[in-house]
Amino acid sequence: MRVLWISLIFAALLALLAVGLGLNPREVPSPLIGKPAPPFELPLLGSPDKTFSQKDMLGKVWILNVWASWCPPCLVEHPVITELAKTVSTVGLNYKDAREDALPWLKRNGDPYQLSVYDAAGRIAIDYGVYGVPETYVIDRGGVIRYKHVGPLTPEIARKKVQPLVAELSK
Amino acid sequence: MIARLLLLAVLLASLRAAASEDPALDKRVSALASELRCLVCQNQTLADSNAPLAVDLRNQIREQLKAGASEREVTDYMVARYGDFVLYRPPFKATTVLLWAGPFLFLVLGGFVMYRRITKRAVPEPRLSQADRERAAKLLE
Repeated sequence: MRVLWISLIFAALLALLAVGLGLNPREVPSPLIGKPAPPFELPLLGSPDKTFSQKDMLGKVWILNVWASWCPPCLVEHPVITELAKTVSTVGLNYKDAREDALPWLKRNGDPYQLSVYDAAGRIAIDYGVYGVPETYVIDRGGVIRYKHVGPLTPEIARKKVQPLVAELSK
Repeated sequence: MIARLLLLAVLLASLRAAASEDPALDKRVSALASELRCLVCQNQTLADSNAPLAVDLRNQIREQLKAGASEREVTDYMVARYGDFVLYRPPFKATTVLLWAGPFLFLVLGGFVMYRRITKRAVPEPRLSQADRERAAKLLE
């Protein structure tokens, strides 16, 4: 009886640790899911005299991808974004970057974005709760954030989470 | 010469003024920054971290406090963007009940187990039958 109890407690502790240690501490649950995408009006990366606002996408399901030329993981996820952008409107948020670095980066690696906005000071990124580039948001027709991914999008996450969600929201 | 010295004095004075323009504000900023977590290096506070984002967020705190926001308002601003995770002292609510109450729960549980063991171990007083008592009395005579 006693052995049973002790092994039960041990098993419970083990299970708790297994779950706890398996969690990724970098995955901070975003309070923005289900909330309207924070408003902004930013100049375009390519043409500084034009601006873009999140309002311009109302009525569309779209992806906002935060990237920078100084961010190696952004290059890692670049093919995945390129693939996604073929079917979903994808807007880039160029984060704390310089135009003279960002534009050649797009030229070198290909520009999958419908357009990129230029957030040199990172102010808008703070409103979006960005803390590690790249970050990716799926925003629905009503302008509500439905999904957020921190870190490079893997082909698996794109296939299993982002694409099904976009398909569901586009219905 | 005197004019130059005077100029130097004025320059120095203005430099010092710039360094600690508002010590009270500095104090409030660093107090608040040490209550908030830097999301880039998660085990550091915003006050300790030199990550670019931490610098930006410290500037945010300063700007907002300077504009007249209360500590509470700045904290709410951070929580709205980064969640309760930014708080080094998470609030007491449904999802954090176990976090706050857990240790006390274990204390009570441990106390209960200990109490049970101690009372169990106490040797019960042996019961003597009438015959045993008579025998004992006889032996003691």
